[in-house]
Amino acid sequence: MTYIGKSVKRVEDVRFLTGKGRYTDDIKLPGMTHAYIIRSPYAHAKIKSIDTSAAEAMDGVVAVFTGKDVAGVNGVPCGWQVNFKNGDTMKEPPHPLLVADVVKHVGDNVAMVIAESKEIAKDAAELVDIDYEELDAVADAAKAVKDGAPLVHPDAPKNMCFDWELGNPKEEVDAAMESAHHITKLEFINQRVIPNAIEPRAAIGHYESAGDKHTLYTTSQNPHLTRLLMSAFVLGIPEHRVRVVAPDVGGGFGSKIFHYAEEALVTWASRQLNRPVKWTAERSESFMTDAHGRDHVSTAEMGFDAEGNVVGLRVKTLANLGAYLSTFAPCVPTWLHGTLLQGLYTTPKINVDVTGVFTHTTPVDAYRGAGRPEATYLLERLMDTAALEMKMDPAELRLKNFIPAFDGVEQEGYMTQVALQYDSGNYHKVLERALEMVGYEDFRKEQAAARENGKLLGIGFSTYIEACGIAPSAVVGALGARAGLYEVGQVRVQPTGKVSVYTGAHSHGQGHETTFAQVVADKLGIALDDVEIVHGDSESVAFGMGTYGSRSLAVGGSAIVKSIEKIIEKGTKIAAHKLEAAEGDIEFSEGKFTVKGTDKSIGFGDVALTAYVPHDYPAGLEPGLDFSSFYDPANFTYPFGAHIAVVEVDKDTGKVSLKRFIAVDDVGNVINPMIVDGQIHGGLAQGIGQAMFEGAIYDEDGQLINGSYMDYTMPRADDLPSFEIDRTVTPCPHNPLGVKGAGEAGAIGSTPAVVNAVMDALSPFGIKDIEMPLTPERVWRAMQ
Amino acid sequence: MKPGFATTGSSNLGQGLHCIKIFFLTPKSGDFMSVKINLTINGKSYSDEVDSRTLLAYYLRDKLGLTGTHIGCDTSSCGACTILVDGKAVKSCTMLAAQADGANVTTIEGLAQNGNLHPIQEGFKEKHGLQCGFCTPGMVMLAADLLDRNPNPNEQEIRHALEGNYCRCTGYHNIVESIKYAADKMNA
Repeated sequence: MTYIGKSVKRVEDVRFLTGKGRYTDDIKLPGMTHAYIIRSPYAHAKIKSIDTSAAEAMDGVVAVFTGKDVAGVNGVPCGWQVNFKNGDTMKEPPHPLLVADVVKHVGDNVAMVIAESKEIAKDAAELVDIDYEELDAVADAAKAVKDGAPLVHPDAPKNMCFDWELGNPKEEVDAAMESAHHITKLEFINQRVIPNAIEPRAAIGHYESAGDKHTLYTTSQNPHLTRLLMSAFVLGIPEHRVRVVAPDVGGGFGSKIFHYAEEALVTWASRQLNRPVKWTAERSESFMTDAHGRDHVSTAEMGFDAEGNVVGLRVKTLANLGAYLSTFAPCVPTWLHGTLLQGLYTTPKINVDVTGVFTHTTPVDAYRGAGRPEATYLLERLMDTAALEMKMDPAELRLKNFIPAFDGVEQEGYMTQVALQYDSGNYHKVLERALEMVGYEDFRKEQAAARENGKLLGIGFSTYIEACGIAPSAVVGALGARAGLYEVGQVRVQPTGKVSVYTGAHSHGQGHETTFAQVVADKLGIALDDVEIVHGDSESVAFGMGTYGSRSLAVGGSAIVKSIEKIIEKGTKIAAHKLEAAEGDIEFSEGKFTVKGTDKSIGFGDVALTAYVPHDYPAGLEPGLDFSSFYDPANFTYPFGAHIAVVEVDKDTGKVSLKRFIAVDDVGNVINPMIVDGQIHGGLAQGIGQAMFEGAIYDEDGQLINGSYMDYTMPRADDLPSFEIDRTVTPCPHNPLGVKGAGEAGAIGSTPAVVNAVMDALSPFGIKDIEMPLTPERVWRAMQ
Repeated sequence: MKPGFATTGSSNLGQGLHCIKIFFLTPKSGDFMSVKINLTINGKSYSDEVDSRTLLAYYLRDKLGLTGTHIGCDTSSCGACTILVDGKAVKSCTMLAAQADGANVTTIEGLAQNGNLHPIQEGFKEKHGLQCGFCTPGMVMLAADLLDRNPNPNEQEIRHALEGNYCRCTGYHNIVESIKYAADKMNA
């Protein structure tokens, strides 16, 4: 292999490093107008009147649209259905593009001003007179389900969207818990975090009456899904009249998966005005309208026998979904959370109960890890707390309860109590390696010595599993997905032997142009430079389901491999003809088709040329060398790992300093180690961010009170140490590359490791839990 | 340094600048006069007329098409718009275009010379200091200022210097490595 497994430097970097990246907001079209969205300043209010006349009269204003104007089109749909326990369909209230009657969260779209410049649009927006009647609001899920709480949607009593249960019957789990020698119980708040990709969302609608063609440029992780939802469900435009382009995308972390109202609004408005319409979010709009993440309130109990074996797990969660259902919102706290509560452990009885709750807040959906960090947080906080309570070593307790190693080939996949079958795993190995890296025994000595000197050092563990590479379409369909979750990969060999690859996955920082090219170049035995990866444009890429859930390589890469196999199969036929040999005697390796046992061969480029200039060609074989494949995986993939945090807590100020962070992850086979390391680093920073710094704060009235970078804290460079990372390799047994996915691992494992480390540091104070983020104030208060 | 703008790295800077921006953005567009400016950008001279409220970042992007300078926030907190003004790193969203009259500006587009990447750009490529690329121009320009002031920074100095620039992708680990690489190369 020339490229696979090597840290090939990224193909995309030069354009980004020289200012030649092309992000949505960089695009300027002739005649382009600029939109400014007027948003609700209230969490819950009745719109009594809107007067747009002064704004419309202003020089340079092209149009002002309100809810009445878009009454003829649909709202934004939800792509996943979860049913109530009694079988009733979840409550699925409309999510209008512009609200005409009652606004339901701060930032809700009320009107759109379109002008010749963004400055004029913004100035004119101040002249739109909107009379609101403020209503009572509820932002907190626990309060929203109480009797008498203000209702977000009149037809959703107690603000319940659904209730849902998974695992063993509750009676069986209750019985297991009753038999337990020890039960560790914690009440958790997994706070709401805000994704904050550094590129704000943006969208440009461009309608061309010639051809009745609508083009949408947008900051999307999955342009094809946006096209499908927008054309078929929102605007009712035939899909073949809609092109969606997501050019370079400046980070997403989940927040750019979803179809947002602004995308449909600019597309719709462009058609009304027959001019391009551009909207770019200001950061405060990103805070108010990008789908948020997490926001669970849970009670979790883990039962152990006298030897420390887990005997049962009981979890009850309230999941705040916000005011409307974002695209994948219902599946995050259910099928991406409940299913991960087996963790790495042999827990024989598990029951999880989740209620999805509407509140007057920004919609919540998938954010890096999506459900899996919440599950991991519960399990791993319980583990370290249980170890403390039972006076056991937290590493030993985990090693004792781990599922034994299995490769998914010789040994079957592990069937969990919560609907999944793990593909392959070797969990002892990652933790043992992490313990070795941290120097565990020495650390405990250092910690004891430090305590004597009044210094508070702590170590925290987290061992996690995640379900990635979402997923077999039939399975997700049975679980409520309204889309298939395969991926599409087309490999087009050009007549000269150069190769263009069209993938439905869409990089927003993951380096697909490099990693995918490494796979293609090696499999075809050609140079990396001879491969081009095309993504992000519904007009060039046949179809796709996009990038999220660490799925790009496991699902999208596999689709490409399938097409390469077809290329080689057809190439073999052409080579056999040219070499006057039987097809079965031809072997392909390192870019050459060779007659076995001879020196007779023909190069890949010559075969390609023959396919397009088929003068001397096999009878009955179609010309051309271009194949497309859909890959629908057989199972999810299950990366896993062990993370260890070492912290020091300042006794006087409560400030937590993260001294070391060790991560040993197993993401299956690795195509580009440099890129995988980078993915892990970024995930770690986000997970650590949640533990130490981040958290959306809503007040009683539903105001988001930290909706700016001055108020919402994200990790900066001097808040973090350099990370110490390593990996083990347990290949995925069910996809052709043996890969599992690396995008979310860091964010899933790291959060509880940090919190556990702080609790370990604070154990002399008898403190068991502090709500995240662990700000100096909270830690200091807990110590008093 | 001119009054009214500041170099990056000072975390309590945002509040005051936010007020300045609100002040400038609130009045109606007709209230603004246009201002004549002469400045050098990436070695090229420009004579232009700008609206008095136009921020330098928007002037570069919207008027000149230098879209390598990115805008990631409205509070001067993220640093994606960092450029060099007279050799010093400046968040170009904190500075009016009018204030750049007479200045020598370098943006990310002007860093590579004769088709060769600057050692900082090379460092980011070699050490995988970027993922989505959006914060990258600001990070690179900031690093140029840092290495100008301190040609051989240690890790803590690098991390401290980066404190005014957000990256959400890399966890900063490889950005630090990239800047070390560049420092070594530039000192060699």
